[in-house]
This record gives sequence, C-alpha cells and structure tokens, in this order.
Amino acid sequence: MSARAALAAVRAAGERARYNFAYLDERTKRMIRRAILKAVAIPGYQVPFAAREMPLPWGWGTGGMQVTAAVIGPQDVLKVIDQGADDTVNAVNIRRFFERTAGIATTERTAHATVIQTRHRIPETPLAEGQIVVFQVPVPEPMQRLEPRESETRRMHALADYGLMHVKLYEDIARYGRIVTAYDYPVIVNGRYLMAPSPIPKFDNPKLHMSPALMLFGAGREKRIYAVPPYTRVESLGFEDHPFEVQRWQAACALCGSRESFLDEVVTDDRGGRLYVCSDTDWCAARRARADAR
Amino acid sequence: MSEAPILRAAGLAKRFGARLALAEVSLELWEGEVLAVVGESGSGKSTLLACLAGRMAPDAGTVEFRTRHEGWRDVHAMSEAARRLLERTDWGFVHQRPEDGLRMTVSAGANIGERLMALGARRYGWIRAQAAHWLAQVEMDAARLDESPLAFSGGMRQRLQIARNLVTRPRLVFMDEPTSGLDVSVQARLVDLLRGLVRRLSLAAIVVTHDLGVARLLAHRMMVLKDGRVVETGLTDQVLDDPHHPYTQQLVASALAP
Repeated sequence: MSARAALAAVRAAGERARYNFAYLDERTKRMIRRAILKAVAIPGYQVPFAAREMPLPWGWGTGGMQVTAAVIGPQDVLKVIDQGADDTVNAVNIRRFFERTAGIATTERTAHATVIQTRHRIPETPLAEGQIVVFQVPVPEPMQRLEPRESETRRMHALADYGLMHVKLYEDIARYGRIVTAYDYPVIVNGRYLMAPSPIPKFDNPKLHMSPALMLFGAGREKRIYAVPPYTRVESLGFEDHPFEVQRWQAACALCGSRESFLDEVVTDDRGGRLYVCSDTDWCAARRARADAR
Repeated sequence: MSEAPILRAAGLAKRFGARLALAEVSLELWEGEVLAVVGESGSGKSTLLACLAGRMAPDAGTVEFRTRHEGWRDVHAMSEAARRLLERTDWGFVHQRPEDGLRMTVSAGANIGERLMALGARRYGWIRAQAAHWLAQVEMDAARLDESPLAFSGGMRQRLQIARNLVTRPRLVFMDEPTSGLDVSVQARLVDLLRGLVRRLSLAAIVVTHDLGVARLLAHRMMVLKDGRVVETGLTDQVLDDPHHPYTQQLVASALAP
C-alpha cells in the first residue's frame, strides 16, 4: 500500500469511528454517576472519583466536563458560561465539544437550558426545578491555603472542626477592616460540611441557598465531586459584628441599566474611561430585547 | 495546688521496632504542679510527652486526665473529637520550635484567636480583645497584634505560641524544650515569664528539657529518664543538690555552671 493510500484508509476509519455519546465511555460515566449520587446524599462532602484525561488541560474545566458528560442525555439542552458570558473562549469550546460528541441542542438562554455548565458565575435568571448547574472547580478544599495537609483537612471535615476558616476571615478584618474575600467565599452546607463554592463571586452565594436546581461541582485535577441538592440550606460564614455581605455597585449596567445584577468593570480607553456592564450576557441581552420591544 | 492529681500515667511503654523508647513509666501530676522531665537526647523524653499528650499511642500502659465535668478519662480511649476538644480547651502544647505550633501565614491576633474561633466564638471585637489581653500577658506590645509571626524574633514567637495556648485558660500545659534554641538572656526572660504565668494561672505543666537550670527554676518536681526508664524522681532541689543515681550525678556534674 502506498503512503497516500494508507493515509486515506486512516482517514476513512476516522470518519467511521464515532465517539461514544458525550465522549466518555459508559463505564466511566457510571463511575462518575456513583460519585454524584454519593455527593447528593451527603451535601457538601467531597467525593473522590477517578477523573479521566480530557482532551484539554487540567484547570480548563475538565471536572465540570466530566460531570456534564455523566449527567447529560440526548434530550438535554446545554448552556455553557465562563465569567457569566456565553461567548468567551472556554465556554464556546466546551459547548462545541458537546455539540460534536453528543449531538445535543445548546442554548444561551438560561431558562431554556436543562444543564448549565459554568465557571465563575451562577446565572442571574432564577433557576428552576429540574435544572442542573455544573460548576468547574479549581480548588475543592476550602481550607487548603491555611492547612496544606489533606490528611488533616479530611480529618477536620470528619470532625466538623472548622474554626480555621474563621481564622481566614478574622485575618481579612484585621488587615483590611472588613471581610475582603470576594469569591470562593466559604459556606456551610446543610448545617454540616464546609464547602468551597468554586470561584463564584460572593454575590452569587445567596443563590445557592434553597435553590430549586441541583448544583454539582466537579474538580478534575483534584479528582473530587461534591453537590448541593435542591432546597438545601447554604450558609455563608461570617462574624456577628462583621456579617456576610454581597458586593454592591454605585453604577448601573451601561447596556441594559440593570442595578440588581453582577457588574464587570470595563476599561474603555487609556484616559481613565470605564463603564460597568452585566457579567451575565444572556440576562443583559434579554433585558435589552424587552426594552426594545416596549 | 489542690489535693487531687490532674493527670496520671501507669506502666507506659513504647518501642520503635527493636529499640525500646519507653519502659514502665508511671507518674502523677497535681493541679498547679510543674514536673520537669530531664535526660539526655534520645532518653525518651519527647516520646513520653507525646504519649502523655495523646499524640502518640503507647504500646502498653494508660494515661488518664481528670476532666472538669466527667471525672477521670482515659486519654487514649476517648474519641478523637473529644481529645481535640480537650487539646484546645483544658490543654496546651508548647513546641520546641514555635513554627510548629504557630500558623506562620496569619497575624499574631489570628494565632491567639484560633482556639476561641474553633470553640465557636463569633464576635470579632471580643476575639480581638482577648488576643490583645493575652499578648499583654506574655509581655508583648499590643501594637504587634496584626503583625505576622514571620516578623518576630525567636523569643517573641515562643511568647506568641504560649499566648496562643493560654487563651482558653488550660489547666495542663505540655512543653517540649520551650527555651532551647533561644539565646541565654532571652531564655532567662522566658523562664521568668513562664514561672510567673504558671503561678498566676495555677497551671499544671510537664516540661521536657535537657537544661537543668530551666528545670530548677521552673519545676517543683523532677523526673530523670535514661534509655526510656525513670532512674530517679523527687523534688527538684533534692534531685539536683543530692543526686542518688550515678546517671543523675553525671548529668548534674556535666551541667555548665558559670
């Protein structure tokens, strides 16, 4: 066989070879589903799982992708956001990945999606029963910065020994006069487990509390899955005299005028010009469409 | 000092492979009493301390602590949760290297407040006031409350470690060579401070040291270990002034006296 013919044969084989639905093989998906079931049964507890290599580097959302692959079905509609936006590189690539490997429908509308994979945000549009939010988690252990030994942090979880987390908040107040932790703000789930809500801004923490949607958290590199089932208490830590507070802005969104959403600051020129826009692009676009209609 | 012991150990033994680290050690410690455990390096002092403090399981023997509310409890039989609670309320542990006992990445105030927060204190203002109070108790400037222990000298770190342990007003403090690694004048001030604190707070303490001077200044009683066995025990002055066992005689004779 000539080299050219060999190449053609390889190409033809490639055309015929199909990925399994949603890329992962079925046994892997079952393994991940078992971890998810355990995570749902013990809200906030980090369940170890055998994270697979995905065709992109650790830290780019491999944990979230594996969870999504394990829960998604042919009827599902997927939305993927990165920093609240549907059109950023990471979001576009992951959405396209599932379009190609699962052939499922995708959307940018929060209300239309059944599975929402996210990095850094929870959508502004209130979530509904039956929706699943999948978080990409870089560091699942909230105490890792203060206690690097995992053997020790696991023990602390087992004994609900969480004074250390308040040490971090104390340190914030001692240094800056207030709690400056602005993202990945630690929470207690269901009155028991301390949990890192992934790097969402603390603005989104109240949305975790008693949410009607199922929240799944996947950390690929760290090989952990945890969950907040629907209608679960999620409490952000704080002191009596320095309670938990969310961010507030003086400005409104420059595009849609929203005052209740999380705003990103955008620098517009090199003379100090800046404006604030919604980080949730779908929310912002929907508001503008409604305003235009009126 | 009260009439009842606060800690008692009986028949403690520990082996590391073929090597005997501890054999047939028994002791009783009364409330407000300071016991010095002396001996040369490798005599089993630190192993004994770890066994007494529940940090290492002995191969044989028991360690019991008289708790405030539940009477005598076997330290090695209690649940880990109960032992941790004890460790951060009624006990203190002062490490030889302050870096082992401190969180070097957070401020002095957070170091002192950690136990309080672990016990459920949730008022920032109160925690901070407590931290300032205990910083003063170890004769440090309250202005250094927000500084990192990394900016402290060795002696100050050791003071901070002591303050961090005392904030819950423990009844028993374990100290592993608390003054070694410090230069002599700093050592003298620290011993002075410890002596005052022990008396004022009526602390019971077990001090492991190889420095007989420290033992004489701090301890009421003394226990001499050699190759994991107790060779002599008695009142500090009595042991140091009239050592009976040849090993103790040698130890006393080899101490540098300026």
